[in-house]
Amino acid sequence: MRTSYREALRAAIREALLADDRTFLMGEDVGRYGGCFAVSLGLLEEFGEQRVRDTPLSESAFVGAGIGAAMAGMRPIVEIMTVNFSLLALDQIMNNAATLRHMSGGQIGVPLVIRMTTGGGRQLAAQHSHSLEGWYAHIPGLRVVAPATVADARGMLPTALEDPDPVLLFEHGGLYGTEDDLAEDAGAVDIDRAAIRRDGSDLTLIAYGGTVRTALQAADVLAGQGIAAEVIDLRTLRPLDERAFLDSVGRTHRAVIVDEGWRSGSLAAEIAARIGERALYELDAPVQRVCTAEVPLPYAKHLEDAALPSPERVVDAALKTVT
Amino acid sequence: MNGTDSSARMRMLTEMVRIRRFEQRCVELYSATKIRGFMHLYIGEEAVATGALTPLTPEDAVVSTYREHGHALARGMPMAALMAEMFGKVTGCSRGRGGSMHLFDASRKFYGGNAIVGGGLPLAVGLALADSMRGRQAVTMCLFGDGAAAEGEFHETMNLAALWQLPVLFCCENNYYAMGTALERSHAETDLALRASSYGVRSWAVDGMDVQAVARATARAADMARTGSGPCFLEFRTYRFRAHSLYDPERYRDRAEVDRWKERDPIESLTRRMRDSGELSDEDLEKLEFGVESEIDRAVAEADSDEEEPVDDLERFVYADGK
Repeated sequence: MRTSYREALRAAIREALLADDRTFLMGEDVGRYGGCFAVSLGLLEEFGEQRVRDTPLSESAFVGAGIGAAMAGMRPIVEIMTVNFSLLALDQIMNNAATLRHMSGGQIGVPLVIRMTTGGGRQLAAQHSHSLEGWYAHIPGLRVVAPATVADARGMLPTALEDPDPVLLFEHGGLYGTEDDLAEDAGAVDIDRAAIRRDGSDLTLIAYGGTVRTALQAADVLAGQGIAAEVIDLRTLRPLDERAFLDSVGRTHRAVIVDEGWRSGSLAAEIAARIGERALYELDAPVQRVCTAEVPLPYAKHLEDAALPSPERVVDAALKTVT
Repeated sequence: MNGTDSSARMRMLTEMVRIRRFEQRCVELYSATKIRGFMHLYIGEEAVATGALTPLTPEDAVVSTYREHGHALARGMPMAALMAEMFGKVTGCSRGRGGSMHLFDASRKFYGGNAIVGGGLPLAVGLALADSMRGRQAVTMCLFGDGAAAEGEFHETMNLAALWQLPVLFCCENNYYAMGTALERSHAETDLALRASSYGVRSWAVDGMDVQAVARATARAADMARTGSGPCFLEFRTYRFRAHSLYDPERYRDRAEVDRWKERDPIESLTRRMRDSGELSDEDLEKLEFGVESEIDRAVAEADSDEEEPVDDLERFVYADGK
């Protein structure tokens, strides 16, 4: 069935609310407004105000409340409008959610899912467009996932809710309207493994979330030039499925990492380092990175387009590894 | 249990003496380098922990701060587990992962030891939200200092707890200093109960040097919160007789001010009252002191001989076991 990424997320939340009365959805405008990206449209009407809770604009309080409720046995889903806003709750995410299990010597777990929008490309400028998931992937105690496909939008949430530890789920804002065929019985998927989205033997494009699409478009262009690119979708950003990209590089001997975060101190940097540590002698060319230009994202379309990873930039980087 | 009868007074006196002697022993152990890190003493404030925790039941939850030795003892945490934690031993209440500032005991619903000022408040709202959604009659007590009232999380949390009418007892231990900054140097409005009441939270200021007054006020507030009247705020006006931490040279306050507050020592006041009314003899007091001293000696001896956690287990408790 043709399903949008947004509808897949909604179906996942709805199923979770039906399946477990410990689960509830909480965040800014998730109820009466229907979610700022319309993900939760209709859920308030179906489940009522106890289970679909509109909150004040108090990111720290409602994220912390989600943590406290999870500590007390609930299975909350907390929605934060964008990753930039999540910085207002960074204390709770870092100092409590990620830390409590270890700091309490294993006594206290935080089975919480936090969903938030990430990424640029919508002319929303420098306070709504950044890709900060790499920061969160730095933190021990968190699991960080990024659904890039409709099937993952449908299937990652139920698995995340089963997890005894906090899971951050990053939804790229450019993906909500994308559609794909989704099986009637589509459901939970693993959140441990990366996936190969396209097979190829000449080089490996490593991407996640919003950049998977970019990498696939680049792979099409490269195919036209007789270059077969393999596209790896990381899916989970912490812990990284290192085996998946090291094996691929072992086959193709070339790697380009496509990451919407800034280059310095990025996930792309981490992946490049791991390839350097574990697969240096497999490489036939230096690893290339296509990241966002190191500026706060500008509003004007031509400037924003120039800042973000594009299929053209990925193709250029790929060509550097094969020539 | 609101601390008005003779046996309740004897119990509270014993608890306050336990806390004070424990803290005094900690100073010696710190000098002997058995305890390291930051350590914040509760000497002078014993009436608050002792009185405030009196009306709580085992089903109620407690969220605390980094000055929480007294809270943990009053909640019933075994002194040996607390002392072992200070020694960094595996038998410590947080397996040596937390130290003085992060005491946890999930079996007693004692949810830490939060060392980010204000960081525990949102957790308390979440714990209370879970109780409320599950139809449990429990209350959550959240202890914090006057410094926390300047944090954004305080204001976000007051509003959310009042908006959702959650059973939280906000217990502000106003000792008039946020580390070294006096209340009037950091708050434009120094009446903290007044400020809490502006959020629609029922608020009282209580003499925090009078353990019976603390117990009575808390019992009344707990009854209200437990029966669905929403959150309450209790400002306990108290004073710490010792420095902020063992690193603090106390340049910011006069000796005379400290001495004035010492005239209202909560242990001496209650002792005097009980002697005057004939409920406490010299012999009772000696017995009490001897009992406390023996308990501390045992706790120290155990902590000293306990094992450390093997370094091989360093990375345990970051995620749930088995992951």
